[in-house]
Amino acid sequence: MLSYALRRVVTAIPTLFVIITIAFFMMRLAPGGPFDSDRALPPEIERNIQAAYDLDKPLVEQYLIYLGRILKGDFGPSLKIRDFSVGELIASGAPASMELGFSAIVLALIIGVSFGTLAALRQNSATDFSVMSVSMIGIAVPNFVMAPLLSLVIGVYLDLLPTSGWGSGELRYKILPVIALALPQIAYVARLTRGSMVEVLHSNFVRTARAKGLRERLVVVRHALKGAIMPVVSYLGPATAAVMTGSVVIETIFGVPGIGTYFVNAALNRDYPLVMGVIIIYAVLIMLLNLLVDLLYAVLDPKVRYS
Amino acid sequence: MIHATASGDGLARVEEFKGRSLWQDAWARLFRNKAAVVSMVVLGVIAVLAVFAPLLSPHPYDEIYWDRIQAPPDFANAHWFGTDGNGRDMFVRILYGARVSLAVGLLATTVSLLIGVTYGAVAGFLGGRIDNLMMRIVDVLYSLPFMFFVIMLMVVFGRNIFLIFVALGAVEWLTMARIVRGQTISVKRKEFIEAAHAGGVSNTKIIFRHVIPNVLGPVIVYMTLTIPQVILTESFLSFLGLGVQEPLTSWGVLIAEGAKVMEFASWMLFFPALFLAATLFAFNFIGDGLRDALDPKDR
Amino acid sequence: MLLKTLKHAALGVGLAVAMSGAAQAEKVLRIGNDGEPQSMDPHYISTVQTSRLSDDMIMGLLTYGQNGEPIAGAAESWTISDDGKTYTFKIRDHLWSDGTPVTAEDFVYAWRRILAPETGAEYASLLYIIKGAEEFNTGKADPDALAAEAIDDKTLRVELTAPAPYFLAQLTHQTAFPLPRHVVEKFDRDWTKPENIVVNGPYKLVSWTPKVEATLVKNDKFYDADNVAIDKVIYYSMEDRTAIQKRFRAGEIDVGRDIASEQIDWLRANMADSLRIVPYAGIYYYVFRSDKEPFTDARVRKALSMAINREVIADKVLRTGELPAYSFVPPGTGNYGEPAYADWKGAPYDQVVEEAKALLAEAGYGPDKPLSITLRYNDSENHKRIAVAVQSMWKQLGVNTELFNTDGKIHYADLKQGNFEVARAGWIADYNDAQNYLFLMESKSGPINYSKFNNEKFDGLMAEAEAVADLGQRAKILAEAEEVAMDGQPVAPIYYYVSKQLISPQVVGWVDNAPDRHPTRFLDLKQ
Repeated sequence: MLSYALRRVVTAIPTLFVIITIAFFMMRLAPGGPFDSDRALPPEIERNIQAAYDLDKPLVEQYLIYLGRILKGDFGPSLKIRDFSVGELIASGAPASMELGFSAIVLALIIGVSFGTLAALRQNSATDFSVMSVSMIGIAVPNFVMAPLLSLVIGVYLDLLPTSGWGSGELRYKILPVIALALPQIAYVARLTRGSMVEVLHSNFVRTARAKGLRERLVVVRHALKGAIMPVVSYLGPATAAVMTGSVVIETIFGVPGIGTYFVNAALNRDYPLVMGVIIIYAVLIMLLNLLVDLLYAVLDPKVRYS
Repeated sequence: MIHATASGDGLARVEEFKGRSLWQDAWARLFRNKAAVVSMVVLGVIAVLAVFAPLLSPHPYDEIYWDRIQAPPDFANAHWFGTDGNGRDMFVRILYGARVSLAVGLLATTVSLLIGVTYGAVAGFLGGRIDNLMMRIVDVLYSLPFMFFVIMLMVVFGRNIFLIFVALGAVEWLTMARIVRGQTISVKRKEFIEAAHAGGVSNTKIIFRHVIPNVLGPVIVYMTLTIPQVILTESFLSFLGLGVQEPLTSWGVLIAEGAKVMEFASWMLFFPALFLAATLFAFNFIGDGLRDALDPKDR
Repeated sequence: MLLKTLKHAALGVGLAVAMSGAAQAEKVLRIGNDGEPQSMDPHYISTVQTSRLSDDMIMGLLTYGQNGEPIAGAAESWTISDDGKTYTFKIRDHLWSDGTPVTAEDFVYAWRRILAPETGAEYASLLYIIKGAEEFNTGKADPDALAAEAIDDKTLRVELTAPAPYFLAQLTHQTAFPLPRHVVEKFDRDWTKPENIVVNGPYKLVSWTPKVEATLVKNDKFYDADNVAIDKVIYYSMEDRTAIQKRFRAGEIDVGRDIASEQIDWLRANMADSLRIVPYAGIYYYVFRSDKEPFTDARVRKALSMAINREVIADKVLRTGELPAYSFVPPGTGNYGEPAYADWKGAPYDQVVEEAKALLAEAGYGPDKPLSITLRYNDSENHKRIAVAVQSMWKQLGVNTELFNTDGKIHYADLKQGNFEVARAGWIADYNDAQNYLFLMESKSGPINYSKFNNEKFDGLMAEAEAVADLGQRAKILAEAEEVAMDGQPVAPIYYYVSKQLISPQVVGWVDNAPDRHPTRFLDLKQ
């Protein structure tokens, strides 16, 4: 299994290279540049700025310069927040995003799996319908509605938690963003769990277990859940990566200092190095988590072997 | 904006279909599922409303009533859902928005279906190195943040929302391709395919005649789940201010506008959000119903 | 390493906040700033959200007073030569925050740095009024060409290319700030990090967490420190207007630098004591590409401009106190009298529309040959609502308008390159002078003259005004130029900007002013 993991890591390098290449050139296709603003710059000044950031060189040369920098671990300067390098911005934002994302996934797992299991046990009943309806709120109401609503009701009307902001990272600032982040995930996890649980509950080994007279709770927890969790596990890889790299909506509305807004704002600002930086982080994270999921599969399911 | 990239894996286990009776069975089972039936009725009603939108309201969708800006629901002037910040009738705008939102959902899903099914079937059917290479490409695309694609597409095709969603469909096909590939591999080993091979039928023909029809079940289920995702993506783009061009509108645009005034012009948020939520619920329940119905073990 | 610094700094803030509850001595002003600062280095600043911080930290020869007017800053006095072209400043005896005296040399150094082509400073052109600046910045001359000279430690002499009456006002701008040469040379681009930064203004940066806040504390070495009441200012970076408003309502901030204007009715009803809506030195306008058919015809431009019902836009669409604009220079602009208004100002709208129809017909457009145009705007709720309203107003003339919105970068790139017919634009003055508006229509201004307006008479008058030292006469010539512009309508002014903010009644000393400058040194908090 170790050699398998190592091989995966090694093959990830060319993949990453392809991703960097695609992203670099795709981004440059977009019209408009980082220094276009409501004040059109005199051509000479624009040339000065472009030269200061090597943007006046041919695109291929810029690409090679970028690759050279990346190999040295330098993500370059941010073109928008000029006092910080991309590395510094990511280092300062990633911990918040990852913490919130991870908490949200854990919360989604706990609630989603319980809801899904409950629904599957009472398939097609009123319980099934209402539990699934509740869990689906997260994908039926856009999060840019849900998040301000939470902040308004809980932050302003009830005054239980701060409306937004980060303070110095106290817990009370994180509760609402985590809930808002978790809601759509709860829906997906509950649905996946319900689907596979229904399937597992009808399978032979569960029938056998029941026939042997095991208590229902034991059957569900010990046997069925272990089988039913597999699709959830494979969903978790990409989902965790996506949630842990932050969300532009949640971060904007709750003022979270994460890196999620950079995916959108840096692209809209044409802050090329920052866009590249977050894309690389995302790609690395998703590959890492997919590997983890595959390894977890081997642990959960003895039939799966990697060599 | 998170995408349920793997929601197909659970259904990828649905077995291939063995003939018409199975379809009929599934159909009958779907109709026993109350949630799915109600959902179909809801969707039907919304679709009819959207199609006949201009006949249902005395107001054109782009008419500005200067003296009724951001007015609450009002039956005297036939503004059943109130008016928006430009003094336009919300009811008729929601129906026109339905056209855009539903069209966008169907369009992107169809594109993703065409690409995903073909790609997955080819990869699964040919197998070996080609399969490996094709799936590697999918892996690479998976590792690029979805948001980045969407914004780049927005920026490049900014002029036409439908073009964007054709392009979006061209990004959305990855999961579809994975599901179809898995199905294809399992179908490929069946006797009737081997018989066709032995009979000298060409690969293309086998893929389109035999393989694709046999993987249709999970594909349909996944489709019903992709449509609401695309509609949600559209609304997210509208939140970013990158939605459909005025004076056309979509539910996403209406909701994004309404969200800003939710506290005191609640009708501007409530009604479009209601339509969107009802539609998303409906698609999801139909998807779940279809999955249950198509699973032969589930009886 | 940076992360560690940030954490330390954040911890420091946390502690300080915690203590402020106990010992009520410390006064902390919390400002919801409507954007992330770009840089603490004055040479890399191009947004007003950033200059709010740098204005609190560094003081130019002149600086903003409590009313936003220029007052003596790092210079305690100055003399102006008779031809208005040579300024001699006497530098105030004051210190950088590390105890080093501020010298005339610090100004020369800073100006040479911002103008050096390799610095790549966006706003360098603001100093072009100094002789030799443009040549140096565009690589045509070496730094010595810059006519700014430190006669001795405390005397600075500057020569201008023209007798510009706005020069003193311009010196308040961050482009003209001095820099602590000894620090910048030592740390290079890192000189603005909280652990390195050295300032001559009332406040000093102690921490900056991107997307959260930047905290400044009082600089005890500031020359007028005794009269500075606020001990600490926190600028929260808040892109979301609704979030600013919510935090203000929850009492989490004292000042909200912008409002969610969609919610204006609610604000007026519920937060009237905090809401401040004040004329702001800027103009919102639509620009016609005057070198493109059919906009080469002044009649077409004028007809379209006339049909825009500015009162309806201000009173019904925006509702946030903006004033309908019939001139390009807002009333009350410095070194200027009454602006030159478009000739249909004050006429009843219905009649104006009829005249506009007649003008269009004269230009050859009518029911049998309808005019079809594309109106472009960048993404924003208000730009959208105005465009939708204007579309329906132009419909009365039989004009078919297609609306086209894009993200800001594409919008401005296309404006610069001329890829548009009619487009939305805005201008906020850099300094309080009519010339700072009118130059946008001068043919020599290059890409920023979005309409490519090329009118000899206008250009001639502008050149004439530049050479005149007498303020009254200059104002008359500029007004003549504006009259030419309003007649040709390369731009259709729509409304004069207002600044919209929420100021807690606890905040003392906040004086509403058109430049919208509110240095923290003049503010206080009621205990």
